[in-house]
Amino acid sequence: MVDDVFDEVGLKVEDLHASYGAVEVLRGLDFEVAAKGVSVILGANGAGKTTTLRAICNMCNTSGKVTLGDDDITRTGTAEIVRKGVAHVPQGRGTFPELSVLDNLMIGAYTRKDKEVKDDVDRWFEIFPRLSERSDQLAGSLSGGEQQMLAVARALMCRPRLLLLDEPSLGLAPLIIEDLFERFTTLNKETGLTMLVVEQNANLALDMADYGYVIESGEITLSGSAEKLKNDPAVQEAYLGA
Amino acid sequence: MTWNFDVLPDFIFNGLSLGAIYGTVALALVLIFKATTLINFATGELAMLGAFLVYVLHMEQGLWLWLSMLLAMLLSAGLGVLIERSLTRPFDPEDHLPVVLITLGLFLIINAVAGDIWNYQVRILTNPFGKFPDWVPSVGGDRFVEVLGSRLKYQSIGIWVTLAVALFVLGLILNKTRAGLAFRAVSSNVESARLVGVHTGRTLGFGWAIASAFGTLGAVLVAPQLGGVNPNMMATILIYALAGAALGGLDSLGGAVLGGILVGLIQAVLVTWGGVVVFGQLYMSILQLAAAFLIILIVLLFRPSGLFGTRRVERV
Ligand SMILES: Nc1ncnc2c1ncn2[C@@H]1O[C@H](COP(=O)(O)OP(=O)(O)OP(=O)(O)O)[C@@H](O)[C@H]1O
Ligand SMILES: [Mg+2]
Repeated sequence: MVDDVFDEVGLKVEDLHASYGAVEVLRGLDFEVAAKGVSVILGANGAGKTTTLRAICNMCNTSGKVTLGDDDITRTGTAEIVRKGVAHVPQGRGTFPELSVLDNLMIGAYTRKDKEVKDDVDRWFEIFPRLSERSDQLAGSLSGGEQQMLAVARALMCRPRLLLLDEPSLGLAPLIIEDLFERFTTLNKETGLTMLVVEQNANLALDMADYGYVIESGEITLSGSAEKLKNDPAVQEAYLGA
Repeated sequence: MTWNFDVLPDFIFNGLSLGAIYGTVALALVLIFKATTLINFATGELAMLGAFLVYVLHMEQGLWLWLSMLLAMLLSAGLGVLIERSLTRPFDPEDHLPVVLITLGLFLIINAVAGDIWNYQVRILTNPFGKFPDWVPSVGGDRFVEVLGSRLKYQSIGIWVTLAVALFVLGLILNKTRAGLAFRAVSSNVESARLVGVHTGRTLGFGWAIASAFGTLGAVLVAPQLGGVNPNMMATILIYALAGAALGGLDSLGGAVLGGILVGLIQAVLVTWGGVVVFGQLYMSILQLAAAFLIILIVLLFRPSGLFGTRRVERV
């Protein structure tokens, strides 16, 4: 879909701590996402999944070490991390409500200097015709699902090397979710885009992922290949509704 | 009690031109409020400083008036960037009190410094729209045209045209440039703006720059109506501009301009024209200020986000 402009890059997280005020939410996480790999984070509400993604982008108080490819990005500012090729679809959309749909996509390409931005906009409009029809509408007036589509498209407009997805399926219809995950898989296969996915829809996420982690109260309690997790009785009971 | 309707158009014209100036200053307030949800209380004093820059460049150094204005606007913009970088960026943007206190401190410092340099006398500054240029055919006098049997001053027309041009340029900057897009993004959602790689600090500096330039433009336009420039020239103007911004909605640029114009109209027509009839000349300035506060109060009571505002306005 999107041209082969990505160069693969892996993510390595060591002893990651994060806190809001005095409350420590992440208590020393160690995990990795292999270059070109797809990893999934599972966990109950409040386990610290969103905080993990925010900590990677230096959006909260953290300590530990985060490495992107060969770069230590632990102390790098959020905007700079994005410029290094990390796209983040935050939980709860994170679109720009007062900007038009088109402007939301254009600002997604803010870090790009190449001439193919317009082509990418067209491509996303093809993928999400609902967005195309609403190109001049303010993002704030879109439905929840439409905003989620916009958030995903907006994040991919920067042609990232690493994509962080915080519950991308939230509020989308089942058919759209399937379609979206198919596209993520294609992106990963064709361009080597590395992905770290937080997802309540564990079945779908484990199908796409090659590795997974389970977080409980800010600690990793279980990890392994997607196959292994799918067959783990504890995971089945807690996240796969078995 | 006699209602003199013959002079009503005069008051409407005056209201519209004063209102346009309030709108210009209100715009400076709203540009910064949109991006930070902060009210920059130093807006008026920065504008006054800009007007004094024009005074120095034009009256003292003899530069062409419009070139002086352009240079002063650029210098004000630079000062705005400097203030954002040095005085506001080090502070937590979520914590409003320190930054509001800083803008209040700036207000006092700039006023005191200006008073020290230029003392508190009014100094005459050339009116950019004093007389029609020679190529305009005379239809009344060299300072006005006759409309509806009243005198529409060249000054008023000049103010409207200037504001229209400035708004057009602002629209281009915000809607057609990369920096403008980034500024609108930061105004809409700071965290998401960071997540698309926008440097929010620099972008806020850009907002301060435009806002300061607009403030300076407003101060230069209002100077002739006040007899010239002086360090206290913007104090009441800022209050009317604040009333206009609150009326229009603190986060709406178009609302700021319309709100400013409305305050000017209310002040000129209801308060001055109506007020002179009912109360006599004596209480005019008190009434005008009271009206401004009344507008702020009523609007914030019934429509906390103003006539055109969208978001709930956070208290600072
Ligand atoms: N801004 C904040 N201030 C204080 N505490 C917070 C903040 N954000 C999150 N927390 C707390 O941190 C813990 C982890 O939150 P987080 O959002 O990471 O959970 P999550 O795993 O993403 O949950 P969910 O599945 O509901 O999205 C929770 O107990 C939450 O209350
Ligand atoms: Mg979450």
